[in-house]
Amino acid sequence: MNTIDYFKERFDQIQPQDDHGSLDVLREHAFREFSQMGIPGTKNEEWKYTRVAGLFNKHFQLPVNPLTSSISAEELNAFRLPGFQQANELVFINGFYSFSLSRIQSPELRVMSLEEAAKNEFRENVAKWLGDSSQYIRDGIHALNTAFVHGAVYIHVTKGRQIEHPLYIYHITDARSVNILSQPRSLMMVSEGAQVKVAEHYATLGTSESFTNQVMEIILENESRLEYYKIQNDGSNTNQVNTTHIRQIGKSFSHTVTISLNGGLVRNNLNVVLDAKNCEAHLYGLYFQSGQSHIDNHTIVDNIKPNCLSNELYKGVLDDQATGVFNGKIFVRQAAQKTNAYQSNKNILLSDSSSVNAKPQLEIFADDVKCTHGCTVGKLNEEGLFYLQSRGISEKMARNLLLGAYVADILEQIKPDPLRAFVEKLIHQRLEKDLS
Amino acid sequence: MLTIQNLHAGIEGKKILNGINLDIKAGEVHAIMGPNGSGKSTLASVLAGRSDYEVLEGSAEFLGKDLLEMSPEQRAAEGLFLAFQYPVEIPGLNTVNFIKTAVNEIRKYRGEAPMDAVTFLKRMKEKMALVNIEQTLLSRSLNEGFSGGEKKRNEVFQMAMLEPRLAILDETDSGLDIDAIRTVSHGVNKLRNKDNAILVVTHYQRLLDYIVPDFVHVLYNGRIVKSGPKELALELEEKGYDFIKSENSVEAA
Repeated sequence: MNTIDYFKERFDQIQPQDDHGSLDVLREHAFREFSQMGIPGTKNEEWKYTRVAGLFNKHFQLPVNPLTSSISAEELNAFRLPGFQQANELVFINGFYSFSLSRIQSPELRVMSLEEAAKNEFRENVAKWLGDSSQYIRDGIHALNTAFVHGAVYIHVTKGRQIEHPLYIYHITDARSVNILSQPRSLMMVSEGAQVKVAEHYATLGTSESFTNQVMEIILENESRLEYYKIQNDGSNTNQVNTTHIRQIGKSFSHTVTISLNGGLVRNNLNVVLDAKNCEAHLYGLYFQSGQSHIDNHTIVDNIKPNCLSNELYKGVLDDQATGVFNGKIFVRQAAQKTNAYQSNKNILLSDSSSVNAKPQLEIFADDVKCTHGCTVGKLNEEGLFYLQSRGISEKMARNLLLGAYVADILEQIKPDPLRAFVEKLIHQRLEKDLS
Repeated sequence: MLTIQNLHAGIEGKKILNGINLDIKAGEVHAIMGPNGSGKSTLASVLAGRSDYEVLEGSAEFLGKDLLEMSPEQRAAEGLFLAFQYPVEIPGLNTVNFIKTAVNEIRKYRGEAPMDAVTFLKRMKEKMALVNIEQTLLSRSLNEGFSGGEKKRNEVFQMAMLEPRLAILDETDSGLDIDAIRTVSHGVNKLRNKDNAILVVTHYQRLLDYIVPDFVHVLYNGRIVKSGPKELALELEEKGYDFIKSENSVEAA
């Protein structure tokens, strides 16, 4: 059983990362928080519909050292995203950044271990921004990741540079022998005027269970631009709690697309903090789940400064016994006048035993703002189905076409063509499989 | 081509059609007229196979086969077409891709190979001219944001592409101004030939000025109470549906 005692024992095995500097202080503080809060149960409002505590009964082992058994480049090939030949690739194995498997080709992209960044010219960034997400995500699981920050990575996008080729981040869990808990952690600075595209992909080797508890924090400086894609299509023996935290500290642009096609239990926290005037943020999500899987998207858009725009659209399709959660918070602080914030969540339930809990949450403290939100839960459009069938299209193909049409506007938001084609193919395969 | 005998049907336990008899032969145009609630759209829906309607009694034979046993897509593949009163908007589904899929699904049903791209494009251009529909409209999502007239032209365009043996036009004139009615009718007339048939379902006579029927049937309380030549439509226009209602209440009494 993964008790607090177990994690204490593991925690004590980690060497100090920066001679009891900011990194170690942060970790120690986080471990105390974890010890106090423990794993959230369903009484915690943020975890009401996502039963994560039960997972910790599954004897997950938390590695405290990088994996010694090797994963070959060939094994990695199975998980690589299209266009990887030109891409910059970052590989985490069991939560540890792997120098040997990673490959950074763009000189404008500086990647190093967080321990190193905590000591070199980037130490102020690390001291200031590492752990920024803890202001928004206050639970034991998040604290657990922070307590075990080691084998983590710091990514710096050089000022004024556009990274032409995407940065692909692979999270590989080796569950070939035992259940593994992995806790990847990264901090990325996108400097003034810089542009970068990031895509994250998750994969588990083996048939034991995996549990990935990931945190990535991203800081956007003035005139910077981020495209961020998350693609989750791992097996039903895999679980995830992951937090992507974006703080826009200068007039900047973020565009995120979260695609969740499979997995056991998946919880995505996405925070976008608009902490400068005239920021723009676009948040898109698509979850398409079947079997017993559970998908939970918790998003926060925090408008701190005036004149920002955020646009959020999450769409879901749930089949079989799959369950979904959408919780979308929008804060508009008192100073954030002229905020435009839009949010929409739409769901299609394909079976009687699938379900979704959707909850928009708006907290507005400024008076001159435009905010809209809406949630829908329904079945596949029966009238549309009959329309297509009346043109000679079989029921199965008509369902495929309708579902394909339903997800089209989210897929359009995946800007790089090869990546979009890759996701389209995954969805197409799913439609063929589910509806045959 | 289509023989309907003693057809009774309803929806959610409510009986709407009370014994329809109708015989349509190749080359003919039939019009079904009637006041609101007489069962016109129900008849069109039952023939096309809309699943929420329940057939209670009677038969419908289409080209020698039992129509009522078939799924909607089988009916379409056998040559039946319904032009919808309210064509459905499907955001995200490209109109051309949709029509191409329909054409090829029907070909598959008939044991034919998919139509090659060149032939498909050629045929599309030809039929586009027929109903005066623009490429820009077809490049958009199916019916999304189309005006009433554009939707109805798109229905007739699909009809032209699928070349049905029997086309049912359900209130195709509803919501259209006179210019749009003229355009749509022109397309339908171009598609008329000795091998196909058309069933026009309408409340008003005006559409029949453009699509001239061989036979007019008056539907009232789920039954055809009067049939006659095209002049019957003019009589209805002049006297209104009240004379049918009073005639029938006398008969009933």
